[in-house]
Amino acid sequence: MKKLREFIIEKTIFLSGIASILFVLLIFLFLLLNGLSLFKTVNFKDFLLGENWSPVCEPPSFGILPLILGSLFVTLTAAIISIPIGIGSAIYIAEVAPLKIKEFLKAMVETLAAIPSIVLGFIGMVTLVPWIKRIFNLPTGLTALSGAILLSFMALPTIISITEDALYAVPKAYKEAAFAIGATHWQAIHRVILPAAYPGIFAAVMLGMGRVIGETMAVMMVTGNAPLIPKSLLVPVRTLTATIAAEMGETVAGSEHYFSLFAIGIILFIISFIINITAEFFLHRE
Amino acid sequence: MNQKIKQKIAFFILFLSICLVVIPIVLLVIFIGIKGLPAINWEFLTGLPKQGMRAGGIFPAIVGTVYLVIGAVLFSLPIGILSAIYLSEYAKENILTRLIRLAIINLSGVPSIVYGLFGLAFFVIFFNFGTSVLSGSLTLGIMILPIIITATQESLKSVPYAFREVSLSLGATKWQTIKNIVLPNALPGILTGTILGIARAAGETAPILFTVAAFYLPHLPKSIFDQVMALPYHLYVISTQIPGVPDRMRYGTALVLLVMVLSINLIAIILRYQLRKKKRW
Repeated sequence: MKKLREFIIEKTIFLSGIASILFVLLIFLFLLLNGLSLFKTVNFKDFLLGENWSPVCEPPSFGILPLILGSLFVTLTAAIISIPIGIGSAIYIAEVAPLKIKEFLKAMVETLAAIPSIVLGFIGMVTLVPWIKRIFNLPTGLTALSGAILLSFMALPTIISITEDALYAVPKAYKEAAFAIGATHWQAIHRVILPAAYPGIFAAVMLGMGRVIGETMAVMMVTGNAPLIPKSLLVPVRTLTATIAAEMGETVAGSEHYFSLFAIGIILFIISFIINITAEFFLHRE
Repeated sequence: MNQKIKQKIAFFILFLSICLVVIPIVLLVIFIGIKGLPAINWEFLTGLPKQGMRAGGIFPAIVGTVYLVIGAVLFSLPIGILSAIYLSEYAKENILTRLIRLAIINLSGVPSIVYGLFGLAFFVIFFNFGTSVLSGSLTLGIMILPIIITATQESLKSVPYAFREVSLSLGATKWQTIKNIVLPNALPGILTGTILGIARAAGETAPILFTVAAFYLPHLPKSIFDQVMALPYHLYVISTQIPGVPDRMRYGTALVLLVMVLSINLIAIILRYQLRKKKRW
């Protein structure tokens, strides 16, 4: 009896153990089931490289190039802003800050990570958007730049906390050796600790960018959502994620438009898959 | 240049970058606090929305979010804990274990809007649960699974190996050892992970867009197959979809959501801090 119970419990535990695999497969399967239906009627090349996204026009057009470029544009700009600030902050927290301030700073970064994206989007909408409009004297403040600034903010907690971990993981002896040969603290940081932590920092940046590409609500509220190929940072853009969120409500299940949004979902899933696998590779190389 | 001066400049730049992170956070919280506080009163928190959400309260949205979070935790806590037990107590270092780890990493990286798509295709349409509390809770449950698994696994690992050996040597089975020795010692850590999962589920909008959220529903749900309003979605609706909502109500809603999520997080942080202090081994 006891043996049997133990057996049943172990099997249950095993099944729960593989639940994560099951869910990843189910997510991918159901995205494929719906998304691939689009390609019965639409050419894959026209989908990926088409320059015109107008799914409700007659005839409809399902080119996602403007959306891909929109996402890329916003993400790269957010990267340029958040990478130096994020890495700088992580170094400050890990190496420079006095112990008491350190705990406070870590709590602040955690707070930022916890703020719901809809709240950040709302604040961006009522503060950042009017500022951008006024500073650059634009017809609208709903621009790629507004999205990028807001998103860089959202990438920071990921970049900071993982970079911090990477810095802590560098053996103390490296730093002591640098001090022993007369290096200043800063020399030790940028000649010894940073190079040693490089793979982890790279992973931190990758995961931060993954967060940015996948972010939906905040970016939808501040970028203006015009599905046009962006020519500058100061025009409205639309990202892949915002397209799904904004349009799914208007579609009929089983329509071409509905399938096309799942097809965008497949692209997002694959992007996040690649980013996470690469980051994991750099984090646990041994 | 003198190395000492170089170091001073470098540290100053590092200090500036952390200021660029911290100051906006503080300002943001203060700003929402000041602008939102005047809206907060008993009627706002416990009343039904009126005049197309331009007046009245946000009670149904608060209740909806609470239901969704409870549903998500009921679903993902057992699976998450058992899954972590498998990984830390049973799994051998083989391909399957590596695959499970990869799957968990991927689940935590999947964009929230993709969870929304999946919830729509799988729970709403395939299982025919409709747009309902059930579909939304399950979608959010899968989303917070990696948070719970990772936290539980870490706290299981921190229970010393000797505890297990003593229990096994006294004739306890493996499951008895886990149930009576390992789990109780890991409980605070599991709790911390669960609380972080709750905070995440309460604040997310994208996964509930097509699986549960009702635009305007001035009454409370009667069963798990009903739609509900939810706080984050309500904030989205009144700030972008409906013209003429008084600013006071928007900031008020943002404040309620922010306070809810941040205080849940604060509990987790305090709990973890206490835990580190108390650790006896």
